Amino acid sequence: MTAGELAISAHGLTRRFGSFVAVDHITFDVGAGEVFGFLGANGAGKTTAIRMLIGLLAPSDGSATVAGFDVVTQRAQLRRRIGYMSQRFSLYGDLTVRENIELYGGIYGLSDADIDSRTSALLDSLGLARSAGDLVATLPLGWKQKLAFSVALLHEPAIVFLDEPTGGVDPITRRQFWELIYAAAARGTTVFVTTHYMDEAEYCDRICVLVDGTIAALGTPAALKAEHGVATVDELFVQLARGAKVTA
Amino acid sequence: MRHGALRAFMAKEVRHILRDRQTLTILLLMPLVQVVLFGFALRSDVHDVRLVIVDPAQDVASLSLRSRFASSSRFRIVATTRSASAVEPLFRRGDAEVALAFEPDFAGRVASRTEPARVRLSVDASDPNTATVIQSYARAVIAQWAEERAADMPAVAVRPVRIATAVRMRFNPTLESVNLFVPGLIALVLTLVSALMTAISLSREKERGTMEVLLVSPLRPWQIIVGKVLPYLALAFANVITALLAAWLVFHVPFRGSVLLLLGESLLYAVVSLALGVLIAARTSSQRAAMMVAMVGTLLPSTLLSGMIFPIASMPAWLAPFTTIIPARWFIVVARGIMLKGVGLPYLWRETLVLVGMALVLMLAAVRSFKPRLA
Amino acid sequence: MRTLRVMLKKEFLQIFRDRFMVALMFVMPIVQLLLLSNAATFEVKRAAVYVVDLDHSATSRAVVDRLRASGRFVIEEASSSMTLANEAMLARRVGIIVGLPADFGRDLVRTRAATVQLVLNAEDGAAAGVTSAYASRIIAAYAAELDAAGGVRAAQPSIDVRVRNWYNPELDYRDYMVPGILVQLVTVVGTLLTAMNIVREKELGTLDQLSVTPLARGTFIAAKLIPLWLLALVELSLGLVVARYVFHVPMRGSILLVFGAAAVYLVAALGIGLFVSTLAATQQQAMFITFFIIMIYLLMSGLFTPVRSMPGWAQVLAQANPVKHFILLMRAVLLKGASLRDVASPLAALGAFGAVILALAVRQYGRRVG
Repeated sequence: MTAGELAISAHGLTRRFGSFVAVDHITFDVGAGEVFGFLGANGAGKTTAIRMLIGLLAPSDGSATVAGFDVVTQRAQLRRRIGYMSQRFSLYGDLTVRENIELYGGIYGLSDADIDSRTSALLDSLGLARSAGDLVATLPLGWKQKLAFSVALLHEPAIVFLDEPTGGVDPITRRQFWELIYAAAARGTTVFVTTHYMDEAEYCDRICVLVDGTIAALGTPAALKAEHGVATVDELFVQLARGAKVTA
Repeated sequence: MRHGALRAFMAKEVRHILRDRQTLTILLLMPLVQVVLFGFALRSDVHDVRLVIVDPAQDVASLSLRSRFASSSRFRIVATTRSASAVEPLFRRGDAEVALAFEPDFAGRVASRTEPARVRLSVDASDPNTATVIQSYARAVIAQWAEERAADMPAVAVRPVRIATAVRMRFNPTLESVNLFVPGLIALVLTLVSALMTAISLSREKERGTMEVLLVSPLRPWQIIVGKVLPYLALAFANVITALLAAWLVFHVPFRGSVLLLLGESLLYAVVSLALGVLIAARTSSQRAAMMVAMVGTLLPSTLLSGMIFPIASMPAWLAPFTTIIPARWFIVVARGIMLKGVGLPYLWRETLVLVGMALVLMLAAVRSFKPRLA
Repeated sequence: MRTLRVMLKKEFLQIFRDRFMVALMFVMPIVQLLLLSNAATFEVKRAAVYVVDLDHSATSRAVVDRLRASGRFVIEEASSSMTLANEAMLARRVGIIVGLPADFGRDLVRTRAATVQLVLNAEDGAAAGVTSAYASRIIAAYAAELDAAGGVRAAQPSIDVRVRNWYNPELDYRDYMVPGILVQLVTVVGTLLTAMNIVREKELGTLDQLSVTPLARGTFIAAKLIPLWLLALVELSLGLVVARYVFHVPMRGSILLVFGAAAVYLVAALGIGLFVSTLAATQQQAMFITFFIIMIYLLMSGLFTPVRSMPGWAQVLAQANPVKHFILLMRAVLLKGASLRDVASPLAALGAFGAVILALAVRQYGRRVG
């Protein structure tokens, strides 16, 4: 991989809270167009790492570039190029579907014509055209998540960060959600996704397993399974996490 | 088993409260700050009155009366002019409160004795209370001056009739404001913690959806309410005790009656407030709404319509009945009775009964409005 | 600019979608203004009296008659036992005991001097003070009446003191209180809603979402403050209408000046809310911190007790209190017709406070990352 194709590049990225080291010198690269899975038990440091990469949290040590921009010094440029969907549902429940889309479109500086066309395309592809005027709070959870993902992609970011996007969603909706992820990757968007569903890890191009804030394994799912002599990512994870201080 | 669940639930609530250091600090600090403010800063006695002299006469008599004002500890002369037109701008800017104007031939009139000499007091009455006090101060200075001058004159045959009034202010002889406010303050603190905190904490669980989780647990609705409410009750009591200690140790507020009775009545009042808080939470949809209703519905009436600051006797006849539905109004009578008058239940049973009634009605309403929402 | 427009639209949509809150924001203050303005008075209209007349002479009865005739006193009970009278006071049946000693009438004839005992229930301090002043005045007037009847003229070369009460000749306490209560209302609503509105986005997680967009900090803050600033001004207008047409509070100064000053003041008030929102993690915290600050500001503002009656240190502290400056300004402009030049110094203080608190809050916001 050449530097120009790197979507994310982290070097010795570290974050301490007092004496507690949440993320401990992690180094990794993510290539453009990759679906990169970030795995770990609760408290392993996934969310802290993602918050540093999107510029919400300053690293205590180390550096990282995302889409070629430094996460500390070039936050403003960085933010135009990334999309983010947090663990918690992050659209406004008291606004309608259309109002939410228009809001984020406006924040990213899309023109009215662009917002209009992208809104109808988005609603059609999600099958939400009829619900455009409904308050988001009234939608079923699965729909909310798919909508939030689509809104995070509205401004066509180079990289989209998904922090446990499928928490609490039924298996069918999860599958549909991954279809959306693949569609985005097919259009050239890099996808950085954290999850603790190990079956989902199998869908990723490469995975990175985080244990106690450090990288315990990094590679394609197939290579890692072969290396550790296990049949599934789930077994791999159990093996790696056994020595962890923080467990789920 | 069920009680184990209740205990666990309460432990969770206690942890919530203890973890939130900011709120806890403020809650414990608030009554102390209030006692200090009421004790030291909030007084209504008028001193350092700024006086303007309008004296076109500038004669012996006017100068003599002026020097009386100048030497009075209550007045400070901020300006002396010959024309009355200089007064108004001073009033408008708030640089003076009162003006004393002499007539041109003041000494001549004083000496003639056929007609009274005239002075005019102009008071900035935009604050009517202060204006009334200033007026009486000024009259007193003038009257004393006149009386002393009269002493120099030939004696008059008959002394005027004097009916003196011997005034005794019972229960609070010096009209110390801390003494009056501390009972109200207890009501305020209990309202704040019990009604407001409970309303918000419950509506927060509703807003976050955690209430649904509680509802499917083996806890019964009343247990959820009790679990939510008891820790706040303890907190409220800690507050009441700090406020009382501060009042007693720093300001020597009297405790003439039974402390035990006072705490018992406080408990009763806290139950009323808690029930009100639960009711508000059950009837509103968001934390913001719960807060607004709790604030406007409990806190403000408890300070302003309860007799804490403004006497109920002073309110217009149509307004007074409204105060009867405000729990704090009854509690303040009880708290003042116990602390200042040293009376007990024989004198306070009526107010206590009203509070008991309110507690029952509100608790019933709270549990009822809570239930259908659970289903 | 476009982003600001988009964000403003969002804020207005969210505010007005919550019908209940909107109703609450407009109906509650009006109701409060009506109730509180009437409640906030120290005047005592009718005091319940217990008469202990041990004299039973024509003069002692005349004193009681004068009290009753004034309309301010209602004779509830009478007996010759001070113990029973005390009992009535303890039970709150009466607020004042008027005691006429056994030789009252005789003393008055013989020595031309006698004493009436007034015992007041000072549990209600303000009311007790006012009531005793009324009673003393009525009794003094009766003494003068006796002199006049007996043909005795006051001997002193009395000075005729004419009093003029400027701005409020009727000494109507409501004129004084209503502007202050209006300030209290817009302060509470503006500050609390600002703090809670922003913290709500923190709690919901939408603030993080906005933080990773290119949305500028200034735009976000402006979009949060402008709608609430406008709402508070609308609320003030409503309150002023009620003050004018329901309470007939005089409005001698320029209304434009009132609104201009309110616009400046609200920047300070909302700035406090904004500052609190940077400290609080939950709406509950936001509310308590705000409430704590507002309570201190209000108590020290001169709303209930004059600032000039406070001890020196408290008066110095009050200089840093925007609520104090605005109440002073409102009263001066509305009641006294003060001009811009008259209120220049409180207005400047408000402006300075607004600028400082806003700068602090915005800086505090920047620190959130990291």
